[in-house]
Amino acid sequence: MTGAERIRRFDWLSEYLARLEDEHVIAQHGDALALPPAHRLELDPEDWAPAAKVAAGMGLRHAGLWADCLDDAASTEEGPCIRVQACLEYGGDYLVLQTEVPMSRPLLASQATSYPGVARLERHAHDLTGLELTGQPDGRRWTRHQAWPEDRFPLRSDFPRAGETPGRTPADADYAFTRVQGTGVYEIPVGPVHAGIIEPGHFRFHAMGEDVLQLEERLGYVHKGIEKLAVGRDPAALARLAGRLSGDSSVAHAWAACQAMERATDCIVPPRALALRGLMAERERIANHLGDIGAICNDVGFAFAQVQCARLRELWQRRSLALFGHRLMMDAVVPGGVACDLTDKAIEELQRDHAQMKVAIEPVFDVVEDHPSLDDRLMSTGVLSEADARQLGCTGYVGKASGQGFDLRRDTPYAPYDAVAMDAPLMTEGDVAARVTVRMAEVRNSLRWMDRLLKVLPGGALAVDLPPAEEGAMGLGAIDGWRGEILCFVRFGADGRIARYFPRDPSWFTWPALERLILGNIVPDFPVCNKSVNGSYSGEDL
Amino acid sequence: MFRILKQSLKTGVITETPPDLADAELERIGVELRRTIEARLGRSLAIRQVDAGSCNACELEIHALNNAYYDVERFGVRFVASPRHADALLVTGPVSRHMEMALRRTWRATPAPKFVIAAGSCACTGGEFGVSYASCGAVENVIPVDVKIPGCPPSPLDLLKGLLGALRV
Repeated sequence: MTGAERIRRFDWLSEYLARLEDEHVIAQHGDALALPPAHRLELDPEDWAPAAKVAAGMGLRHAGLWADCLDDAASTEEGPCIRVQACLEYGGDYLVLQTEVPMSRPLLASQATSYPGVARLERHAHDLTGLELTGQPDGRRWTRHQAWPEDRFPLRSDFPRAGETPGRTPADADYAFTRVQGTGVYEIPVGPVHAGIIEPGHFRFHAMGEDVLQLEERLGYVHKGIEKLAVGRDPAALARLAGRLSGDSSVAHAWAACQAMERATDCIVPPRALALRGLMAERERIANHLGDIGAICNDVGFAFAQVQCARLRELWQRRSLALFGHRLMMDAVVPGGVACDLTDKAIEELQRDHAQMKVAIEPVFDVVEDHPSLDDRLMSTGVLSEADARQLGCTGYVGKASGQGFDLRRDTPYAPYDAVAMDAPLMTEGDVAARVTVRMAEVRNSLRWMDRLLKVLPGGALAVDLPPAEEGAMGLGAIDGWRGEILCFVRFGADGRIARYFPRDPSWFTWPALERLILGNIVPDFPVCNKSVNGSYSGEDL
Repeated sequence: MFRILKQSLKTGVITETPPDLADAELERIGVELRRTIEARLGRSLAIRQVDAGSCNACELEIHALNNAYYDVERFGVRFVASPRHADALLVTGPVSRHMEMALRRTWRATPAPKFVIAAGSCACTGGEFGVSYASCGAVENVIPVDVKIPGCPPSPLDLLKGLLGALRV
């Protein structure tokens, strides 16, 4: 990107700053480029909520919020504090707001009043760091069940990784679900152990007849303490952990973590490595879309598509094993580059593969796009309105099916997408059918893109050593995973070890979308609605 | 309509395609699996899969067992929706402490004789996550385990081999 483009990119920022001034919010630029390519603003804690309100008024998208406990011996001069960062996006530009509150009195006004999509991120931040969010519309716990007490916070340095409460963990029985009452209203509790081969979580339906009056999700069941486990790891071990955050997004999360670490250390990754990462990320996208398109059709009893898509997916995964060493391409992305290479013969094989896949998907997609019984079940089912998608900040196929066109690969292109451009589909219907159509378009786009990339695949090294990280160095990664925008924050501590890792999966915003789009649908359509969104449990529970 | 019929007819042929020659091992294992299931469980093995904290990679590979290439049902292995219908639990993931009680209850709800298969490195040893404030580690730390299928994640073929091992317990 040229300098001139770079300047044009943040053309809205002066308007935002002017509006902040109108609200008497003082934004200190400090080291504005501490988290490139984002622009960073430091705020006083009392300006936290007004800054979000102004941003919402200007139509900025909230891309997530996280808290970072600075409470080890060598932390700040003013005593231990919690640093909170919020990431906003507008026109493909990222703005990070930052503030610090003392750990002795960690009070901060909630941004969820302006941005309902971040409510669970705030509750998560509270459960793990003890940040108290005043004015939070929902004061209930989120990630915490019963594995640690209410007044203890795992991400603080005085909390041992092994925990403090040995013995059996009781079930989280007394969570206060919102009740719907009235004649004929009944509750359906589902999970955490589900009937299918899927991840665990609890859904509480309130229904009347067959119609869903309310759905409330209760997640956190697969909380594995990933943020705590990351503390003290070296970069390679963090990449390995990131690759196991959500198995279906192994490449994307590992890439996001590596990108954050590489930005924090000013590491120049070889172009060939970046191109291969892009190739693997698109392979991951296609594999997951194929699996999901089949599963969505299967959920409405159309086994044809399921069998076809599962067959194609299996072939695809076998090729990944042969060329990238793993069926899900785990551990192929490493800090500084990639762990595998493509020979010229392998590139030819891939090109043949892509050509075959293009031929193979068309008859299947053709039927999925236009089959009366599928149309009957998928169209107008599970409609997510454009307003809801915008308000919650949905990205990926959920956003794109509901008028939110944002795609990192096109709007904030990082290598290799800066050299080989990627198209992104956009629809406004917002129903299950639209999400299927968007996914099919993404499969076709990715196939075309990979062929163009293979033609200009750069030569050269596969990886460089990650430069040693300075203590306190921070990096923000942003990668378009198959579910949508993945953000990743990394801060280094002493000896080049990780002090803070926070991956923000797109599921944080699509899970709340599911609660809205299911309203008015019948209970038996829940599986297909859920599958069309396919939020990650593990990616959000952390 | 004609187009759809044509596609459906074409589909029929594809779904019945037997595995590739390269998959001779699958055939061998699969047939052996069926013999064992017939001998021990009256021709069917009903499995309840429980994700006790996995990253979902194991689930993807367990799903693959049902695709046309492996088609595990032809060997009598079937995934059921309730532990009460199950002969075996196939448990993945390190057991997160938030899933600990749910896993115990699922195990109690499974009628005897029953056995437990831990699938994936996390389920076998705790894997990348180990034991922590949030994780109980390996499945055997929570319920008795009969068979372990390592792998991160185990491939569908590994899973089939593991199921065979399970029936020889």
